[in-house]
Amino acid sequence: MQVPARFEYEKATSVPHALALLERYGPDARVVAGGHSLIPMMKLRLAQPEALIDINDLRELAHLRVEGGELAVGALVRHAELLASPLVAEHFAILIDAERVIADPVVRNRGTVGGSLCQADPSEDLAAAFAALKADAVVTGPGGSRTVPLRGFHQGPYETVVEPGELLAELRVPVRHGAGSAYEKVERRVGDWPVAAAGALILIEDGLITEAGIGLTAVSAPGFTAPEAEDYLIGREPVDAVFAEAGRRAAAVCNPHADQRGPADYKRHLAGELTRRALRKAARRAAED
Amino acid sequence: MQITVTVNDQPYTREVEPRLLLVHFLRDELGLTGTHWGCDTSNCGACVVQIDAVPVKSCTMLAVMADGHHVTTVEGLEKNGELDPVQKGFTECHGLQCGFCTPGMMLTARWLLDNNPDPDESEIREAISGQLCRCTGYENIVRSVRWAAEHTCTPEVSA
Repeated sequence: MQVPARFEYEKATSVPHALALLERYGPDARVVAGGHSLIPMMKLRLAQPEALIDINDLRELAHLRVEGGELAVGALVRHAELLASPLVAEHFAILIDAERVIADPVVRNRGTVGGSLCQADPSEDLAAAFAALKADAVVTGPGGSRTVPLRGFHQGPYETVVEPGELLAELRVPVRHGAGSAYEKVERRVGDWPVAAAGALILIEDGLITEAGIGLTAVSAPGFTAPEAEDYLIGREPVDAVFAEAGRRAAAVCNPHADQRGPADYKRHLAGELTRRALRKAARRAAED
Repeated sequence: MQITVTVNDQPYTREVEPRLLLVHFLRDELGLTGTHWGCDTSNCGACVVQIDAVPVKSCTMLAVMADGHHVTTVEGLEKNGELDPVQKGFTECHGLQCGFCTPGMMLTARWLLDNNPDPDESEIREAISGQLCRCTGYENIVRSVRWAAEHTCTPEVSA
């Protein structure tokens, strides 16, 4: 029987209340929302927070809307809500692709977007999807809010720029009219973490690529992205040879580790191939838009 | 800390440790052993219950998180002495052998049918994809849920 170590539990009733609780309990407090990463880690005693601050009642962090040309995704939005959103489907097919292959429907009912990103698992699907979209993370603390590019949000495995006393409040993603996006993942079985996965965003104007975003996960790509491959795409035609070369360049920045999901060479191969496929699908969707 | 959880329309107030998992609260505190405790890692889905009409894995939720919420367990599927169509479907179509996964399967099936009354096979398989059955190969579970979809009629329609 797996039981977490003892901890104090507080239910926050507002964002300022959550921040006050985080200040009161200090660096050994953890924020909990869906709990589908944190509670398993606490059961295994890999995490032993002294206090849990439950933010499940903070409806002000559960918004999902387009405002000022950006999609705003509250940290408390559940995976199932992101997947079911017509707004997300209209503008960000990549997020729908990714959510379809994250865990399973019952886990998606509970797990949150913010929790997934704050857990900072090196194989997190949403880290790659939001990196491809060049999203910003809004982090709230006692001194107010600050905006951090998602590509700089993760500091390493299980480590983010969110300081003790701070809270991830929302993700903001620019809406690019006419852009296409897609996510491609290889997993061992349904609902598993990726062996490797790649996301792509592409904007085509007058037959040439004018903006590109690439996200990669489970392959140790710095910042979950591949800027050199993105730069290569700009000004080129959206054809398969170009996507294949971008895939090669994306694979070159990866430093995957061999584990039970496969050897390093295979994962690097997947990084390139999945980047190519995601770009191809994103370009097709851009053309349909 | 003291919590009040409404389980199958009945409120229960208990003093619990914050680290008590919902599955153990239901089984050990309330004696509702219809909710099964399986893998303990949110993989197998034996512990699925509904919180506010949405299925969740109760081994990965703290009992204190259910404070003030409505929980439905397999014991709450029956209404006024009448089995839920999902329960009848599992009976009619031999949807179980050992029965360990069955309560969780039925609660997810109920949620699926509440939101999608006429699901096709792939939609049923997707809905239960986070739940493991080692007996049936899933075939009869899918048939059971289809049976429930086909036999969920208003009295006027069935008359």
